[in-house]
Amino acid sequence: MKAIINVSLKEGVLDPQGKAAHHALGSLGFDNVTDVRIGKQIVVTLDAADRAQAEKELDDMAQTLLANTVIEDYTIEIVG
Amino acid sequence: MKTRNVSILQFPGTNCEYDTVYAFKRLGHHTQIVWHKEETLPENTDLVVVPGGFSYGDYLRSGSIARFAPVMKAVAEYADKGGYVLGICNGFQILTEAGLLPGALKRNNNLHFISKIQHLVVVNTDNAFLNRLTPGEVLRIPVAHADGNYFIDDAGLADLEKHGQILLRYSDAVGKPAALNGSVEQIAGICNKTKNVFGLMPHPERAMESILGSADGVRMLEGFGYKKVTSA
Repeated sequence: MKAIINVSLKEGVLDPQGKAAHHALGSLGFDNVTDVRIGKQIVVTLDAADRAQAEKELDDMAQTLLANTVIEDYTIEIVG
Repeated sequence: MKTRNVSILQFPGTNCEYDTVYAFKRLGHHTQIVWHKEETLPENTDLVVVPGGFSYGDYLRSGSIARFAPVMKAVAEYADKGGYVLGICNGFQILTEAGLLPGALKRNNNLHFISKIQHLVVVNTDNAFLNRLTPGEVLRIPVAHADGNYFIDDAGLADLEKHGQILLRYSDAVGKPAALNGSVEQIAGICNKTKNVFGLMPHPERAMESILGSADGVRMLEGFGYKKVTSA
């Protein structure tokens, strides 16, 4: 089974990388951009009995290690 | 001043452990380096130092992988019993990731790796770490980090203020708090509520000789030799 975990800074937590990219897009003439947020995508391949079991385990992985929930949010999507 | 037994952790990628050994030896303490795979701390440990560096290459997030090293379980138990723990730079990041200190350290607002001698203003000295200093005093201590931007939510910040947990702020030469890396309230160092776990981004162990720029680190680190320290 394959899953995509997207981790990004929480709304309200300043994202310096997103801000820098936003600024750069502005200098390139993309002046209709109102916000840029940069996160990371973690692709996990795992053996799991079923989808529900996989989701449970992936959530545990994200909570424990893959995201720091003090500053980050995450989403989990099973893709195959 | 009492001689202490200082246990200094070493992870793959740690690079300040020998500076830390030098600093504590200079103050007359005994030091021992403890490899991350150890499951226990030396029995006579009076202080654990989690030194600076780039543990596990800072992969995923700074400190996020080191916090699961076997030795960190022993450190958490030691801290839980009231033992003293000091995290410097990457050590501070590891202690926040481990939940031994509140908040988190994000990428610096300007995205730069900031490496320079920095003024700090002392905020709270009612603790084992900064008891040799005076509130309002200005220190010069090197900083060297990319992820030193301290974040905590409003409720957490109010809690830190209420319990005197803010130890140091980045400042100008006369002690007026000044932005360095985007940290909330210019926070450079904090402690936990029970005041036995300390973390700071600046490097006091690199400020031990005036000929090398500053000896202000001496009065920070020697605090542990004065206040009563109880072994866990």
